[in-house]
Parts: sequence; C-alpha cells; structure tokens
Amino acid sequence: MTVPLLELAGVRKRYNIGRPNEAEVLHGVSLTLQPGEFAALIGPSGSGKSTLLNIIGLLEPLTAGSYRLQGDEVAGLDDAALTLRRRSTLGFVFQFHHLLPAFSALENVTLPALMREGTVSPARRAQALAMLQAVGLEQAAAKRPGELSGGMQQRVAIARALVMQPPLVLADEPTGNLDRASSDEVFKLMRHMHATLNTAFLIVTHDPRLADRCDRVIELVDGLVQRDAPQVAQGAENLPPTTATATP
Amino acid sequence: MVAWLGFERRVALRFLREGRMQSLLIIVGVAAGVAVVAYISALIAGLQANTLEKTLGAQPHVTLSPLDDVVAAAAPATGSTALQQVQPRAQRPRSVANWAALVPVLEALPGVAAVSPMVAGAGLAQRGEASKSIALVGVELERYDRIVNLRRKLVAGSARLGPGEAILGRDLAADLGVRVGDRVSLVTTSGSGGGSSTGNTTDAVRVTALVDLGVRELNRRTVIVPLRAAQSLVGLPGGATNLDLVLDDVWAAPAIAASLAQRWPYKVESWQDTNAPLVSALNAQSVSTGLIRAVVMVVVVLGIASVLVVTVVQKQREIGILRAMGATRGQVLRIFLLQGAIVGALGSALGVLLAVALIVAFTSFVKGSDGLPLFAITLAPGLALRIAAVATLCGVLAAVAPARRAAALDPAQAIRI
Repeated sequence: MTVPLLELAGVRKRYNIGRPNEAEVLHGVSLTLQPGEFAALIGPSGSGKSTLLNIIGLLEPLTAGSYRLQGDEVAGLDDAALTLRRRSTLGFVFQFHHLLPAFSALENVTLPALMREGTVSPARRAQALAMLQAVGLEQAAAKRPGELSGGMQQRVAIARALVMQPPLVLADEPTGNLDRASSDEVFKLMRHMHATLNTAFLIVTHDPRLADRCDRVIELVDGLVQRDAPQVAQGAENLPPTTATATP
Repeated sequence: MVAWLGFERRVALRFLREGRMQSLLIIVGVAAGVAVVAYISALIAGLQANTLEKTLGAQPHVTLSPLDDVVAAAAPATGSTALQQVQPRAQRPRSVANWAALVPVLEALPGVAAVSPMVAGAGLAQRGEASKSIALVGVELERYDRIVNLRRKLVAGSARLGPGEAILGRDLAADLGVRVGDRVSLVTTSGSGGGSSTGNTTDAVRVTALVDLGVRELNRRTVIVPLRAAQSLVGLPGGATNLDLVLDDVWAAPAIAASLAQRWPYKVESWQDTNAPLVSALNAQSVSTGLIRAVVMVVVVLGIASVLVVTVVQKQREIGILRAMGATRGQVLRIFLLQGAIVGALGSALGVLLAVALIVAFTSFVKGSDGLPLFAITLAPGLALRIAAVATLCGVLAAVAPARRAAALDPAQAIRI
C-alpha cells in the first residue's frame, strides 16, 4: 500500500478561542485521500467545507487532531515550513478565479516558477505555454485576465495550479461563479487534467450535478463527515473519452 | 543561481504599474521633496561659500601674535590678605619673537597653505587738507597675496610694492582724492624715526594700485606698504606684529589654532574667534536647513507610507493568492519594501533633475547689479547622489510598516475578501 496523499485524524477547528463568541467548526474530521483520487467535498453552507479545505491547503492551522501530508505530520509546523510545503505539494483553484490582474495569462501561469526560481527559464516558459495549450488557451497567452471570460479565467487558474505538477489540487467552488455551459467545460477540463497528469483533485462544490460526476463524494454536515462513498461517475457521457479509463 | 529578487521585483513593478495614478502621484511627491532638499542644500552651500569667500578673502584663517602684556600682581605674603586692584597695561606694539625663523616652520605644517608676516599699526594718511585715519599694513607683497589674493582685488594700477610705494583701499583713495601715481603722506605717532615714543613719524609714499577688499570699512582705511616701511613707521625695526596663516581647509582653523597655541607661547586666533557672529549665523543657517530637510524627508516618508498602506489594502486578495501559491512572508515583505525603494529612487531621480532646473532658473534670473549671477550655486554630483540615496532609503523605511502588514496577512482570510 502506498503512503496516503493525506490523512486527517480527529481534526478539530475552533475559532475565537477564549472569547465569548468561541465556536467549534470541525468536531473531529477523519479523512484519507490516496494519490490520484478525484473527490468532491459537499455539504450545506456553514458545514465547515471551506475551513476543512483551508486546513488541508495549509492556509489555516488546526486546533486539535493530526494531519499527515504525504506521510509527514504537518500540524504544528510554523508558517515558513507550511508555506514551503504548500509550494511543493498543492495547487489552488478558487471560486473567483483569483488571477493576478496585472499579469497576462501566460505570466500568471509562470508565476509559481518565478516565485521559486526568481526567473522564468525558457524551459519553464515552454512548460507554461504547453499547460495553457492543454487548457485550450494558447491564443490568449498575452491577454490580461480582464480581457478573458469567467470560464477562460478559471481555465488559466487551473493551468496555474497544475503547472508545477503538484500531487494535489484543491478547488474551492471552481464553477460556483460560472454559467452552466462554462461550468461543464471547466469541470470536464479538470477531469481531463486528472486523467492525463494523474493529479489528485479535491473539489468543494454546491452543485450536485458536478459532485455526482466525481469518483468519490465526501459529505460534511455540521463539522463531521456524514457520508464518504466511492461512486461510479454517472456523467460519463458528458466527459471527454480519455477520462473513461482515467480512474487509477 | 536564483536571480536576485526576480520575483519580488517583477511583482513590485507590476503592482506599481497597475496603480499608475497612485504611483505617479507619489513619485511626483517624492520628486518635489527631493527637489526642495537638493535645491536648498545647493543654495545654502553656495550662499555660505560665497559669504565665507567674501569674509575670508580679506583676512587670514589663523593669526599668530604676541601674548598680551599683563601686569602680574605681587603675591601677598603668606598669612596676610591684600586688597588690590590691578590697572591693565596699555598694549604697545610688539613683535612676534623670532618670527623670521618661525615662518618656514609654520609653512611646513600639514594643512597650512601659506604664511605671511605683517606689521599692523594705526596712523593717518594726509593729502592737502584731508586727513584720514588709516590701518597701516606692512607686508611682503608676494606672501600677502597668497593670504588675501590681493592681485584679484585690484581695481586700478598694478600690483607693485617697492620701497616708497603703497596700495590703498578704494574708498580711502576716493576720500583723499588720490589716483594711481599720486603721493600721500603717512603719519604715525610712534616710530623709529623720532627715537622716542612721542614723536611723529612721517613717510611719503606713491600710490601704485587701488584695491577693493570687499568690505567698505576695510576699503576706507587700508594702506598697504612694504614690510620694512611699516616697521619703521610703527617703530618695530625688524619686527612683525603678527603672522597670518591660510589653511587648506577653513574649518580646520580652530583645531590648528589650538595646537599652535599649545606649542608656542603666542596668542593664536582662528577666523572663527574673530568672526563669532558670522560663525553663529552660518551655524544657525545650517541648523535650519537641516531642520527643513528633515521635515521634508519626514513628509516624503509619510506620503510614501500612506500610499503603500492603501495599496496593501487594495491588494489583499492578490497577496492572499500569492501566499496560497507558496510565496513566503519574506517574499511578500520584500515586494512592498521594493515598491518603497522604487518610488524613492524614481522620485529622487526626477527630483534631482527638477533641482537642477531650479538652479538654472535661479542663476539665469537672479542677477546682481553687474549682470552676473549673485553667486555661483551648483548641485555637486556627490551631494545629489547622497540626497538620492537618502530618499531611496526613506522609501524603504516608509514601506516597512505597510510591508509588515502585508506579510502578516492571513492568506485564508485575504482570499475570501
């Protein structure tokens, strides 16, 4: 058995500790994700989905419990260590695209390399261009995010999340801000990238249509995992042919 | 090899370019501040140099003269008290002991540019019915020229000081109605001619040149004669009442004067001692320029800081994304410090250009009665560079608080905004 990609055990998150408005959002979440999984995280508003995603994304510390990322305990690491971990392990796709408006699409995709290496080598540039091509946007490489539609921006964000080939991409309502057609397109793209790169995806979504098309659905209710079940992707007919054989 | 701050530099520049209006305004603000500082610095430096040149042009930097005569009161016998009052002595003209041997020794001292012996005395200049009180100055022309630059101050005649010749201050010549080539009688009350200290000594001299010493009082009283003539007029054969020194660095005068006074039993005065009001005026001027500069720099720092604080708030989401993507706190900190530095540097470059323009305007519009610029002001490259460096540093300092704020942002919260 390979080392799980991530392993949460009894994770609790409490806000405003010691103040009158102290509240526990996660009451002991345990969860394991294997490399190359394609999972949806669903649940009603206020169930703690975003908090859990932030904890998994090393953006917030957990209050109690254990979090092993690729076999290493990361609960209690300081900000600098978490940042480096985040850099090497995780890619993010957010609801509101969150590209840097001052940089072109290609520059947004080369940012992770620039951040690590201080410069964008021709090889990195080529890699970023190939990634833009993979999301179907090589024509828009020089355009600023403001000149792109919402769906296109989200595709650039996916390219940016994947360009350094992290083992895990965390997507927070990636289609929440898109119309139905763009939303399908973005989802198909994620499945396609998952199939070609074998990157694990954890997708927070409200949309049952999308959740149904993931390989596994984790449902969070009131800060606890209520349902965690593998499923046969029902929307297979909507997906590109490559994904039919994608499940590892 | 990681390119130096490649990531921080790119993001900082993009952020500045994105907020073009903000960046432009603050750069112009910094430029205005730097221009004021550079212009004031150059103006005051020019003004002070001009004042110093005018003042020191007609006087030595250090003067060495015999110690004053003092009356030592008799010590009372032990065990008794004496009530006594001591009448100070009248200071008769006396020579600097051994001055001829001292001149080469002083000339060899480090920092001393020139030494000139002088016999100074008081007297009258007479021509016809006019009689004017004068300050008699006996010098060796060659040496004295190096002290006060006499040749440059000539307004008529030629610089020549042979036996029986004299150079007069311009206003004195006008008062006496003499021109170059005319004769004047010089009279002193004490001299070697009469043999006693009560007789008058008279010498008739021919005027070879007129000088403008830059100060009216000096122009009205100065008569320059050969050393030997002055010695006999004042009654100090072979003597010199004082030695004048010119230094390489005028500000070293007090230190050199103090060390000379310690070495030899002479009265040694620096130009600062004899021009105390001027020195305190110059100091007051320097202090107030310093204050103005400090205040302007503080305003510049506050301006940059306030703009960057706003930028940090505006860019919260982007900072959050960068942090989520793996930018360290240090990288975020440096992005904003760099913005401060860039604004400071661009602002100073522009400001120095502006200051140069102001100086050109000043020198071409503000002119003296003779149509020449009042005084030379230039922005020394070293000064400009120093001001620019300080302004850039101020930019970095101004960015410290906003940058720390940006670095401390919680990425999870920043993204949600």
